Amino acid sequence: MNRRASRDWSLMAGGIITAGFGGLGLVAVFWTPYDPRLLDIVDKLQRPSRLHWLGTDQLGRDVLSLLMAGATTSVGVASLAVLIGAAVGVPLGLAAAAYRGVVDEALMRGNDLIFAFPSLLLAILITAVFGPGAINAVIAIGIFNIPVFARVSRAGALQAWTRDYTLAARVAGKGLWRISWEHILPNLFGVLVVQATIQFSLGVIAEAGLAYVGLGAQPPVPSWGRMLNEAQTLTALAPMLAVLPGIAMLSFVLGLNLLGEGLRRAAGRAP
Amino acid sequence: MSAVLRIQDLNVAFDAAPRAAVAMRGGGGPDRGGPAPGRPAQRVVKNVSLHIEAGEILGLVGASGSGKSMTARAVLQLLPPGARMSGSIRLRGERLSSMSAAQIRAVRGRDVGMIFQEPATALNPLMRIGDQVAETLRLHRRVSSRAARDAARVALDQVGLSGESGALERLPFELSGGQRQRVAIAMAMLMGPSLLIADEPTTALDVITQAQVLALLRELAKLRGMGLLLVTHDLAVIAQLADRVAVMQQGEIVEEGSTARILRHAQHPYTQALVAAARLQRKRATSVSPGAAPVLDVQGVVVDYRRERRSLFKAPASLRALNGVSLAIRAGETVGLVGESGSGKTSLLQVILALRHATEGRVSLLGREFCAASAGSRMRELRRGIQAVFQDPVGSFNPRWTVERLISEPFFLLDAGVSAAERRRKVAEVLVQVGLDASDARRHPHEFSGGQRQRIAIARALITRPAVITFDEAVSALDVLVREQILQLLADLAAQVKVAYLFVSHDLHVIRAIADRIYVLQSGRIVEEGATEAVFNAPQHPYTRALIAATPALPA
Repeated sequence: MNRRASRDWSLMAGGIITAGFGGLGLVAVFWTPYDPRLLDIVDKLQRPSRLHWLGTDQLGRDVLSLLMAGATTSVGVASLAVLIGAAVGVPLGLAAAAYRGVVDEALMRGNDLIFAFPSLLLAILITAVFGPGAINAVIAIGIFNIPVFARVSRAGALQAWTRDYTLAARVAGKGLWRISWEHILPNLFGVLVVQATIQFSLGVIAEAGLAYVGLGAQPPVPSWGRMLNEAQTLTALAPMLAVLPGIAMLSFVLGLNLLGEGLRRAAGRAP
Repeated sequence: MSAVLRIQDLNVAFDAAPRAAVAMRGGGGPDRGGPAPGRPAQRVVKNVSLHIEAGEILGLVGASGSGKSMTARAVLQLLPPGARMSGSIRLRGERLSSMSAAQIRAVRGRDVGMIFQEPATALNPLMRIGDQVAETLRLHRRVSSRAARDAARVALDQVGLSGESGALERLPFELSGGQRQRVAIAMAMLMGPSLLIADEPTTALDVITQAQVLALLRELAKLRGMGLLLVTHDLAVIAQLADRVAVMQQGEIVEEGSTARILRHAQHPYTQALVAAARLQRKRATSVSPGAAPVLDVQGVVVDYRRERRSLFKAPASLRALNGVSLAIRAGETVGLVGESGSGKTSLLQVILALRHATEGRVSLLGREFCAASAGSRMRELRRGIQAVFQDPVGSFNPRWTVERLISEPFFLLDAGVSAAERRRKVAEVLVQVGLDASDARRHPHEFSGGQRQRIAIARALITRPAVITFDEAVSALDVLVREQILQLLADLAAQVKVAYLFVSHDLHVIRAIADRIYVLQSGRIVEEGATEAVFNAPQHPYTRALIAATPALPA
């Protein structure tokens, strides 16, 4: 009973934090206290005040507005990357499990090839070739997500294929793809949701990392990673400029991990 | 004479909530089907009193959910969580029911041994057999590892797995099911227990292996003066082994007496029904004209499996699962296919259902060639002619779908689209045909019992009006009473809709009750075929004779 309560706790806390940041990012699309791109050199490096709740940075931009707009970038890049990974990876995994044999080998060894590169290195490689920017960051992180989704869905699908009802569906004349869609995919739903949450949190970190080294979203698009980078030289003067985006990133990723853990347990508990 | 085991007024009850957990924990097997979740709190064992003398074999028999397994588990306090138990259980005068967890742990394995239905899961897959048996000994006695291994060798010798055959060095997966069950028996017998509890010990085994294991159990019990509590749903096994029988129904013992009396002069109506169902009566009269053209014709099918490649430079070895099998089924005929596990029954069914390529040979359905490579539209047309019912009444349905969607899945085969109203009407029609209610279409499979689910599987097979339906051990997971009803249903349906059955089973009683003609499959070859009664009365091949001799039978 005690364990059950703690499960629900992590699910709830993770859900609230994730929804909070997601909501913040959504609001920032339409409204921020100030325009995050508005420079106001006169009011640079201000402490928190009633006008600027979290102060201003070295170019006089409102930090709260920057953080909110950074959440938009973060959520946008990470969710698109997850979508790309799932949209390509899940069908690959399903195909590998349905056809087995040569198809399976080819797909999975291709997976290994992508896996063999450290993810961030791969992302740097792609953005170096195609040029920095938010869209290329999405593609780079998305490509890294593909083998993860392929592997997870293949493992789940192999298990689901052992059930007799897939045999019954074949006797009913259904093709491998149709069975994968109707019988196998619904079985994978739980693990895929959990995996998506985990990949989302990795995507948030990867986006910030790319922006930090200057290969992600380019100025003037706000990004937590670039805020960290720009604040680096000012740590002695204005430590809060580095601390605030750091805290935002930390708590968002923590929230996502709590949510993923809670979902994983909830999925394991369900029949 | 003092009893080895004396159970008095045993009661076991479950709280409402963990009931579902019990059903899940029970695992497969006919005894553990488990009721539908969500039932209110209930007593599963009611005022049960039993006793077993030294050297005596007591059979505890009953249907799924009758409480017989719970009674056996209560002896060693192995009840699932959520169970509450009262009453007294004494082993040679010692009160087990009031022992602490530590005390009962010392009794388990030392004074009371236990063996289960599924020998595969009772052994540690990563531990050599010899070490595993020795470990049991070292848990209870301080002995050197050398002495323990010697004792393990002796114990395995006694169950017919001698040290010379290298059994000690093997891992569980290298042994057959029967050998694994022998290992489990050796482990249970190691400490010289005064009581052995065997819960469906042979249900997962082949007839020939079953006969050997039963003989071994009987010998051990008599030789060592050990009490044996045999829990089973199979009266034929009881007839072979038990001195006395207790019949359980809905948690109560309804009748008890010597095996001979119970089988011949049962008093209680439930016992009478059980005995009658165990003596399967012939379900149908042959009504096939011998000259009719076959609807399914299998010619010289060979299936080779490729083994795992051992070396990069050698071609992988292959294993011949089927070696030139031919068989034919005429319209409306019921054909039985008998064989042990590993004889190639499943491979043959897969080839017949075009789920697997045959290495050689061909299958024709309604005069046209049928194989896994056929093109889409032609394939669908042919598939309509042959449908299948599988063994596992749980796994053969997608649990998320309603019965209506499950049953109408084969409608995919009909080229012309079927309207929703038409589909609903047809589903209702087959549901009624298999003895269910038309309103069941809206329910989900988990709401049905094992027997009802098998009816749904039959409905799904019937809906395309096929010429042939294959049954893969379709009644072996069912209780005797339910099995009787399903076989009767199949016989009635065959008469009604003129469908041919290919009935695959290792259970000769079932085959004899339903088949017009049988084929006997051994190691990938058909070794005997003929009309059912002719084969049973005068088997020609030694393998057929061995199968018939090994099948436990009730005294006539």
